[in-house]
Amino acid sequence: MLGSELLLKCLEKQGVEIVFGIPGGVVIPLYDVLKKSKIKHILTRHEQGAVHAADGYARSSGKVGVCFSTSGPGATNLMTGLATAYMDSSPVVAITGQVVKSFLGKDSFQEVDTTGISMQITKHNFLVKDANDLPDIVAEAFFIATEGRPGPVLIDIPKDVFTQVVDKVREPKIRSHVIEKLRKPNIDEIVFHKALEVLKNARKPIILAGGGVNRHPGNQELLNQFSIKNEIPVAVTLMGKGVVPAHNPFYLGMVGMHGTTSANWAIQNCDCLLAIGVRFDDRVTSKVEAFAPKAKIIHVDIDAAEINKNVTSFISILGDSYDFLKLLSQKYQSTKSNKEWINQIKLNSGEFDDSFSQIGLNPQEVLETVNELLDEDTIAVTDVGQHQMWAALYVHPYKPRCFITSGGLGTMGFGLPAAIGAQMANPAKKVILITGDGSLQMNLQELALLRKWNLPIKIILINNGVLGMVRQWQELFYQENYSEIDLAASPDWEVLAQAYGINGTTLSTPGEDLITLRNILDSKFPWLVNVKVDKGAKVFPMVPAGSSLDEIWGRWGNEAHVSSLG
Amino acid sequence: MKHTLAVLVENHPGVLSRVSGLFSRRGYNIESLVVSETEDSSVSRMTIVVSGDKAIIEQVTKQLNKLIDVIKVTDLTNEEAVNRQLLLVRVAADNTTRGEIVQLMDIFRARVVDIGRRSMVIEATGDEKKIQAIIKSLQPFGIQELAKTGTLAMLRGSKEK
Ligand SMILES: Cc1ncc(C[n+]2csc(CCOP(=O)(O)OP(=O)(O)O)c2C)c(N)n1
Repeated sequence: MLGSELLLKCLEKQGVEIVFGIPGGVVIPLYDVLKKSKIKHILTRHEQGAVHAADGYARSSGKVGVCFSTSGPGATNLMTGLATAYMDSSPVVAITGQVVKSFLGKDSFQEVDTTGISMQITKHNFLVKDANDLPDIVAEAFFIATEGRPGPVLIDIPKDVFTQVVDKVREPKIRSHVIEKLRKPNIDEIVFHKALEVLKNARKPIILAGGGVNRHPGNQELLNQFSIKNEIPVAVTLMGKGVVPAHNPFYLGMVGMHGTTSANWAIQNCDCLLAIGVRFDDRVTSKVEAFAPKAKIIHVDIDAAEINKNVTSFISILGDSYDFLKLLSQKYQSTKSNKEWINQIKLNSGEFDDSFSQIGLNPQEVLETVNELLDEDTIAVTDVGQHQMWAALYVHPYKPRCFITSGGLGTMGFGLPAAIGAQMANPAKKVILITGDGSLQMNLQELALLRKWNLPIKIILINNGVLGMVRQWQELFYQENYSEIDLAASPDWEVLAQAYGINGTTLSTPGEDLITLRNILDSKFPWLVNVKVDKGAKVFPMVPAGSSLDEIWGRWGNEAHVSSLG
Repeated sequence: MKHTLAVLVENHPGVLSRVSGLFSRRGYNIESLVVSETEDSSVSRMTIVVSGDKAIIEQVTKQLNKLIDVIKVTDLTNEEAVNRQLLLVRVAADNTTRGEIVQLMDIFRARVVDIGRRSMVIEATGDEKKIQAIIKSLQPFGIQELAKTGTLAMLRGSKEK
């Protein structure tokens, strides 16, 4: 058997059904045997598309997403996607070809030090020197990608390892210390009971749930019921969206820079913050010294290094979010009503007014309409910018793994390929991409896949003609000195859609156009919906970078202008 | 405060750059790093002296533990451990000073390993304090060349694990 065939066997053994990739020089031997395997290969148009698609596949399904690329430029094109997956703890396995072993280190054609370059943006990586090691390495790569805190793993394979003949295939073996290292920690009972006491004695408790909670599908029910039964408000981070359904009466929405006023106020005034599966990113905490100043913080995470990294906790619990929530649901006995605290949150949240007088369609209103049209299983994918934050504020998918966005790295161009990956993993579900005219043009080439694979993705292009989020900062913090944000001479989107063989339309007037939107979202075909919005539309509420979460900008009550609450 | 960490790692290429990359990326201060063989040829031992407050050392240890190739991290700082550095130093020496230097080195139990017409090479091992004392005592004679390793550390017998 050839190394290339063995690799595919190992991938099949891991349950891989789909890989995304692009062939090239050193991986031609791999592509040469691809047809012999049951694995379906999706040819993207750029390696960045392949890795984001694998990431979208992984995030939406919980399974490992796999991508292939050639050496050199193929491998470097993967890097943004690996960093994106790394920051958001997504289990991706990237397989890159490498030059023949004897050419290594000679600056050979299309040689780069792929493992060196990707070292800081992968959970681990391998350079395979002998095809006989493939079973061990592939098994370990998948194990590492999924166990403990998930993350991307890269396997770099020289061309002559693909062509090496393997006589006897070894049984895969994972190093024992690796198993040990990634083993799920048992929750320390003494610490857990201390945390329980703190939570019981709290008069103003709140739960903050992040991406770590979104990982386990069983978490939603546990957390939702726990919050309702004990009247404990729940806020989420961007990565935690979907961990409780939006109709939970104690759901406060997202915290942070563009968080809701209620979530941010509750964080700043709670006396106990139960933070589960969060890493206290600066977009969440804002000015970290002023974050949750009155709270005893109970931090639950599976990654020991997250504990006390950015925020010092009062009690820290090392463990899996599902184990923790199960234990919490069993052991917690509420002793009092939180009605007064919940009222306080309501009273102090300000009367946020998002009815902006914008020209044409309001992006907020459009996304509100999208929200109304979600079904139980709809997956919303976003790109990066204002539209992403509006989506976070207005679009609330019902289930975990259904709001897919590049949170940690904020990678423009993530959306379209990630939506493709999500649709591939969930052929029966409705996938909606909410993107911007800047972001969409960063991986536009992947539009070809919608027609090729009949992916009925609905692309909602919030088209403001500018790099909106940058423009917003320039308007608010740089004295309206608009520098290089104009996207004039973008393509005619309807013509472009047509060129790629999908449906395209433009929405620009309120009222009727929202009805069109309804019809489109019900369609069985891919659509590119060009929604023209005012470039002056801004995302509020907003906590300026560096301020404490108490300082929230927005329009309040009937005021005419934007001002700071608190 | 300085901490001495004994880090057992898989002995393959790339491990050193994983560890040093971690330190540079996260901005931790390495005072010294010594890579050495161990009784097991598949395992190397990195002895890392790092400075920082308690919170930083906690982070360093946890981040090191996250590296897949790291097998075990032990903080030897507050344990009873033997710490050793190796010093080689070429000091100016002629007929008038040679005897004095030899005597001085005797006190430190350092050894003269080479004698030239105008200089001699001295070898010494000891903990950081002792090595610094030796260097200081040689300075008045004129140090021409100096090479010193970082610290190697090992728990004392009574603290065996
Ligand atoms: C790859 C990349 N380059 C640059 C940025 C910086 N950036 C953040 S938001 C933004 C503008 C996004 O524009 P668009 O996609 O049109 O969305 P909008 O903000 O207008 O909704 C830019 C340039 C980024 N996040 N990612």
